[in-house]
Formats: sequence, structure tokens, C-alpha cells
Amino acid sequence: MHLPLAFLAALGPGQPGWLENLQEVMRRDVALIIGLPLLGFLLNGAIALWRPTAKAAVSVIGPGVLLGSFGLSLMRFLQLASAWRIAPEEAPVINLWSWIPVGKLQVDFAFQIDQLSMVMLLVVTGVGSLIHLFSVGYMKSDPGYARYFAYLNLFVAFMLVLVLGASFPMMFIGWEGVGLCSYLLIGFWFTDKANADAGKKAFVVNRIGDFGFLIAMFLLWQAFGTLSFKEVFERAPEVLPAGGAMVTAITLFLFLGCTGKSAQIPLYTWLPDAMAGPTPVSALIHAATMVTAGVYLVARANILFALAPTSQVVVAGVGALTALFAATIGLRQYDIKKVLAYSTVSQLGYMFLGVGTGAISAGIFHLVTHAFFKALLFLGSGSVIHAMHHAYHATHRQEDAQDMRNMGGLRTYLPVTAGLMIIATLAIAGIPPFAGFFSKDEILTMAFGRGEHQPVFRLFWAMGATAALLTAFYMARLVVMTFFGENRTGAEERKHLHEAPFIMTGPLLVLGILSIAGGALNSPKWKWLEHWFTPYRLESWLHPLTSAGARIAQGLGTTIRPQEGATEHALVALAIVIAVLGLALGVATTLKARTVPAHDAPAEAGLWKVLYNKYYVDELYERYIVRPVVSLSRVLLWKGIDQGVIDGGGVNGSAALSRALGWLGSRLQTGQVSVYVVLFVVGALYVLGMVAWR
Amino acid sequence: MSLVGPSLAVSAILFTIGVLGVLIRRNAIIIFMCVELMLNAVNLTFVALSLVYGLTGQVFVFFVMTVAAAEAAVGLAIILAIFRHHRSVDLQNINLLRG
Amino acid sequence: MMAEQLFWFFAGTAIAAALLVITLRNPIASAFCLIVTMLSLAAIFFMLQAHFIGAVQILVYAGAVMVLFLFVIMLLNLGRGESDRKRAPGILAAVLLVGVLASQLVPLSGYSRERLALEFSRSTLLADPAIVFDSTMNAAGINPARATQERGVPGDIAMPLFQQYLIPFELTSILLLTAIVGAVVLAKRRI
Repeated sequence: MHLPLAFLAALGPGQPGWLENLQEVMRRDVALIIGLPLLGFLLNGAIALWRPTAKAAVSVIGPGVLLGSFGLSLMRFLQLASAWRIAPEEAPVINLWSWIPVGKLQVDFAFQIDQLSMVMLLVVTGVGSLIHLFSVGYMKSDPGYARYFAYLNLFVAFMLVLVLGASFPMMFIGWEGVGLCSYLLIGFWFTDKANADAGKKAFVVNRIGDFGFLIAMFLLWQAFGTLSFKEVFERAPEVLPAGGAMVTAITLFLFLGCTGKSAQIPLYTWLPDAMAGPTPVSALIHAATMVTAGVYLVARANILFALAPTSQVVVAGVGALTALFAATIGLRQYDIKKVLAYSTVSQLGYMFLGVGTGAISAGIFHLVTHAFFKALLFLGSGSVIHAMHHAYHATHRQEDAQDMRNMGGLRTYLPVTAGLMIIATLAIAGIPPFAGFFSKDEILTMAFGRGEHQPVFRLFWAMGATAALLTAFYMARLVVMTFFGENRTGAEERKHLHEAPFIMTGPLLVLGILSIAGGALNSPKWKWLEHWFTPYRLESWLHPLTSAGARIAQGLGTTIRPQEGATEHALVALAIVIAVLGLALGVATTLKARTVPAHDAPAEAGLWKVLYNKYYVDELYERYIVRPVVSLSRVLLWKGIDQGVIDGGGVNGSAALSRALGWLGSRLQTGQVSVYVVLFVVGALYVLGMVAWR
Repeated sequence: MSLVGPSLAVSAILFTIGVLGVLIRRNAIIIFMCVELMLNAVNLTFVALSLVYGLTGQVFVFFVMTVAAAEAAVGLAIILAIFRHHRSVDLQNINLLRG
Repeated sequence: MMAEQLFWFFAGTAIAAALLVITLRNPIASAFCLIVTMLSLAAIFFMLQAHFIGAVQILVYAGAVMVLFLFVIMLLNLGRGESDRKRAPGILAAVLLVGVLASQLVPLSGYSRERLALEFSRSTLLADPAIVFDSTMNAAGINPARATQERGVPGDIAMPLFQQYLIPFELTSILLLTAIVGAVVLAKRRI
């Protein structure tokens, strides 16, 4: 890592004017980093509208802008890395223009680059580039190729606005924008109504969360008079009394937004349905980036959450519960993407458990590693689905290419994919030294540590550990059902199963490497490790942003007690045992069970039926929430107010009133002189009265 | 005894009678004559008050009479024109301006 | 004494004739009653020291305007006329309005020179009509009593008419011209 730093020594810290120099460079680059994907959207969109067949151009522009953004981000990262101790007050804020100057509300269109946004930037552009490259192969034969890349580029642009925004409204722009792109991409094949419905569901459920975000912004403005991150977080400890109602309300509403965007209980129902979109979309949006926006928000606002311990308990609790809940559902799903979807919901629960406990860097660390292995899992499944589709297409059979019961033994046909998926499974299960082990273990240890002062966190730790067991189990089940055993696809189809082209397996390889080595980003403080190399730790990297929160926690007695010695070793050992046990159980159970192809499969029964039907949550929502709201809107709002009051009373009523007044006036125009004379006399009397009795 | 007060009273009564006539009668020419009556009443007021305020009142009466004469001429010409059109001067039937 | 009784005689005639104007059915009879009213008013003018105006009243109003009216009535050959009073609601409204008007105007009879001087000067000390009115009139040189001695009755009117009010005088002549043209145009059978 030292070579690039030497290269940038001219701009090193300590030199006079260094910060201003950094700011200048950042200003130019931020515009480019966000502008490139935006440009990609415009170009691809133009191609989609006028020359949808120009696929070669799209293949260059689509991933190209992403790679450009990633390159720039990397360069800036390396530059910033030399200055990684920048305090939050010094972080460069690039103010492009004054967006909302309305009285006391001053919101600028500004971006902020600090340690946290840099991490997110690298993840978004890096993993995004890989997924773009994968998409070139995956979507090759799709007629909406250009449109796909246009939407994908637009999504990245919005996501970058989200992570780089310097104030809550800026972040909200990105927040809404990614929601829009999610809708567009989920319903990409909108000719099938189910897909369009899934897109709508995602958008509407997100909206409920956005309502929370908005209320939180209103409350923030009321308390602070400003919405920019720097000012809010600097003044937070003075303005908001710790543990008070205001800060708890703000953080809870923010978290409501997070449950929507990051698919936690109760607003997670859109994510499994979102699997209707193309698989790379699921990888990018619903695994690596968009759904992590909620975690980013909590991490960004960690000072506010530190001031509200109640909210922290809520965040961590909902996270732990979601992790466990979703893991149980994943146990009995047969659609490969649905399993991964519930896995994502579950892993997001882990991230929230992390940031809710106050271990911001642990949560972000898991965000990063999860991006690696979940993207790998999704892309791998995409590769599998691609092969299955191809096979069924060749034999003209109408079977579900995503149902794992139709797969089996695919490792002979897709060896690279299989190997990489196994690596990813090991990572997500938490087997050392793969990435997931370090991040998951860190979160659980932190939760346990916080449990010293607040016992409820011990419960969360237990839930998290159980979820880890289930995670290992269902991931093993997925791998075994898909790649091992005997093939259930059919004799004819087997001839057409083959590995994906390099454009698709290449990104998989890169992600595999990251899944293996990603743990090094935040290696634990083990003395014997430090013997080997001086690790760059994510925690230290994010320290300037989290130190204030940590100090507040100390004052409130909500700190995390770091575990040492025996307890620490015991926890680590327990984590490893859980992972191994889960995998073993999963492998054994799945190998033993006789899986039959989907169309022959028996119906589910008992507990398995409940799990398979996801605890009927969607149906409950439909009956008790959706239907009453719809009927209320139809009867009261539409027929009652809109048609009755506004159309009938307002529009037609004012017309009728005008007509009535006109009729009255017309009665005056009789055309008869005598009437007019009477009016003269009346007028004259009036004037006389005025003059006489002034 | 000063004649100013009673003159003013007479003028007021004449004016009121004139207004009553305009409001009550239907024949256009009669109405016109009542207007002349009103004008005369006002002339009486002016003249009575000229005893108090000076000759300006009488000069004004002079002008009023001139204008009244001109108005009478034009008004009667209009009534003639209407009569030719409607064959009557009954104001109840003349309502072409109705709207 | 004589003057007062004469005044009341003529006033009564005027009012009675006016009432007849508005009640008689025959237009010719109405016109004649109006002539009577005008002649009575002329007499009152004389009594109010407005000799010139009185004369002009007889000459112009009774002599020209009413003759014109009579010509038109006879030209249109308006006979007796059907009952040409309005229906009840109209009459009721009329009476009401007129009652209001009367209540306003009739109390004017309480005014006299002294009272007007009072109101004019706004204080009781200087409210001598002689001072308030006569001095101003003397200053303006239009004291009727003196002017009549010097210039004769028409001279009273002529002086302000051709000095202060010259422009309205000229404009009036244009007005008369306009009226002539208008009357001729309106009354022609074919333009």
C-alpha cells in the first residue's frame, strides 16, 4: 500500500494548503464520479429510445462509465488514505450550488467526502463495475439491453448521490432515486404483470419508510434549524438532551425509513418479490448497495443514535429479530433467488444489529463483506439460471429454471460457478479465514460486549448466533441441492448445460478473491496477527467519525465492553462451531432427503408449510392493511371528497354559484326604462343620505 | 319675512312630485314632463338661494334652462323615433335592452 | 303681508298643478297643467327679486319648451290614453321612495338667511348675514340691490355671465348647436 502513497507524496498532509488542494481536486472529481454514470444513463437512454439494437455501444458505455467512476474513486481513496485522520469538521464539502434558500432553510446541493462515504463509494463503484460486466454477458440476448444499462447507470448515479450527499435532503434525493430505479429494474420485464406488481410493491413499501425519513427531517430541522450533516452532528450533543424524547423520535423515524429501504421487519416484504427482476439487478440493488443505504444512514447518524439508547435497542432488536425471522423462512424456500433474498434480509438484520449496538465499524465491515459474497452468490445463481434457461429453451420445456428442485449435480457442468459459490457459502456461513467470519464474529462479539451493561443485548446475541446457525444450514442446503447429488433437470437438458462465458465468470472470480481476502479489511486485534503485518483496520479508518458517538456512549453508560482473553476465545470458538455445525447439518440433511423435480414435488405440510409460505405475512398485510386502505381511499377519498366535495362542490359548485349570480343580475336588466328610473332614484337617495348624514 | 325657507320647501315638494310622476306614469312624454318639473323645482332652489349667496344662483338657472331646452328637443326627437318604431310610447312595451 | 299671501297663492297653484300633471290621463291636459306650474313659478321668481329669470322662465320654458311638447303630443296623436298607470307593486315602490325623498327635502323649509349665515360662518359671533354675505357680495361686486340700480335687471345677470362665466356661456351655445343637429337627425324619417 505504500507505493501509491509515495506517488502522491506531493500532496501529503502537513504541507501547507493541503486541505484546500484536496478540496479542489475532490470538487472536480466528485462531479465526474457522479457525472459519469449519469452520462451513461443519458447515452444509453438515448440509444434505448432511438437505436435499441446498438448493443455494442451500450456494452462499452454501460460498464465503461462505472469503471471510470471506480478508477477515480480509487485514486481519491488513495489520496485520502494518506490523510485518514481527517476530523469530521475538516472533511471536504463540495458545494455545487445553493439548492433551497428559503428563509431560514438553507440547503445546498453539496457533497461530502469523508472516510465513511469513501468506503461506500468504493463498494458501490467497485462491485457495481463487476456487476455491469457480468450483465453484459447475462443480458446479451435481451431486447431491452440498452434500457437495462440506462437504468442501471442511473441507479448508480443516484446511489452515489446518496452516499456522497452532505446533508439529509441530499441523501434523500439519492434515497428516492434508488427507489425509483429499483422499481424500474424490478419491473424490467413489465409485460408480465407479476413483475410490474413486484416493482410497484417495492416502491410503495419503500414509500412508507420514506415517510419516516421525512418526518425525521422535519423534526431535525425543528431542533437544529439546519439539515447539513456537519452542523447537525457537531451540535447534536448540545441541542438534543441525551435519551430525550426528541432525539429518540428523530432516530426512530429515521429507522422507519431504514426498515423500508433495507427490508427489515415490518417493511421487508418487497425484497423477496423483487427477485422478479434480472439477477444482476438483485445482486447490485438488493444485495450490495441499495438495501445497505439504511445501514449507511444509521452509521452516518451514529451520534444521534448514540444519544438515544432506546432507539439503539430498537434498531439492534429489530435487526436481530429480522435476522432470525428471515433465516427461518429461508430454510424452506425452493427458488434459489428467494433463498438468497431472505438471506439478504437476514444479513441486513446483522448489519443493523451491529450499528444498533454502537459498533459502527463492525456493521459497515459486514456491509462490505456482505457485498462481496452476496453479490457473488447472486451472480453465481445468475450463472446457474442462465444455464438452466438455455437448457430449457433448447428443449422447449416450460419449467421453472430457478427452482432448485429442478437442479442438482450441476458442478459437473458449471465447475467454476460451483467452486465460487462454495467459497461464497463458506464466507457467509462464517468459516475462517473467509471474509464473513470476521465481520459476523465482530458484530456478535460487540453485541455480547454491550450486554455487560444492558442485558437485553445478550438476548440479541443469542438470536444472532441462532440465525448464524440457520444461515449456515440453508446455504449448505442451497449449494447441495443445486450442485451436488444427481441431476434432476432432465436427460435432454443436460446436453445443453454449460459454463457461463468469461465475461460472466470473470467478475465472479474477482468477487471470490474478495470474499476470501476481505477479512483483512478489519482484522481483529490479535497480537499474533500483528506480528505478521501491520493491518489497516476499518475501525481505525472510521474512528474520526465514530469517536464522538463513543464518547457519548461512555457518558451514558452504554459502551461496549471489549472482550478479552478467555471470553473472547470462547466466543470465537463458539462462532466457528456454529458455522461448522450448521454446514454439516445442512449438507447431511439435504443429501439424505430425496429431492424430486418441482412439478412432481409434494405439497408442503405443517411447520414446513408455514415457513414455505413465509408465515403468511404478505397475506396478513393484504387483508388487514392493504384492503382497508384501498377501500378507504376509494369510498372516502375518491368518491366522497374528490368527486363529491372538490368536483361537485368546488368546481361545479362555483360554476353554479356564478350562474346563480348571473341569473340574479339578469333579472335587473329588464330593458324597461321605468325600472332603470327606479334605480336612479335609489342611487340618488343613497348619495343624498351620504351627504346629509356624513 | 324671508321667502327663502318657504321657497325651498315648495321646491322640495315640487321635486318630490316630479319623482313620483316619473316612477308612476307609463307614458314616455308624461315622464318627460315630470322631468321638466323636477328641473323647475331645482331652478326655484337656485333662485331662492341666490338671495343668500349672490347672483351666481341666477346665472346657474340661466344655464339650466338652456340645457333643459336642448334636452327637451333631443329627448322629444328620440321619443318620435321610438314612436315610429313601436307605434306607441308606452314604456312597458319598450324593452329591447332586456338581457 | 301682501307679498306673503301672494307667495302662498302662487305656491299653492304650482303644487296643485304639479299634482294634476302626474294624475291626469290626457297628455294635453298634463301639458297645460305643467304650463300653469311654470307660470306660477315665474311669479315666485319675480317675488324673489329674480326678475330677469322670471321673464326668461316665461319666454323659454312656458313659451318654447312646452309648446314643443304640445307639438309632439299632437303630432303623435296621443289620445286619451288607456289607464297608463303602473301596477300595484310599482306604485308601492314609488310611494315608498318618494316618501323617503320627501322626508329628506321638506325640512329644508326651516332654512332662512340667518340660519344659513350661521352655518356658513360656523360660529355664532360673526353670524350676521349682512356681514357674512353682503360683504363678500360687495367685494365681488355682485350685490343684487346695488347692481340693479346701476345696470338694470338684465345687466345683473349679464355682468357675471360675460365675465366670470364666459366659457360656460360659449360652451352652452355649442351644446345648443349639438342639440339641434341631434334632434334633426333623430327625427328624420330617413337618414
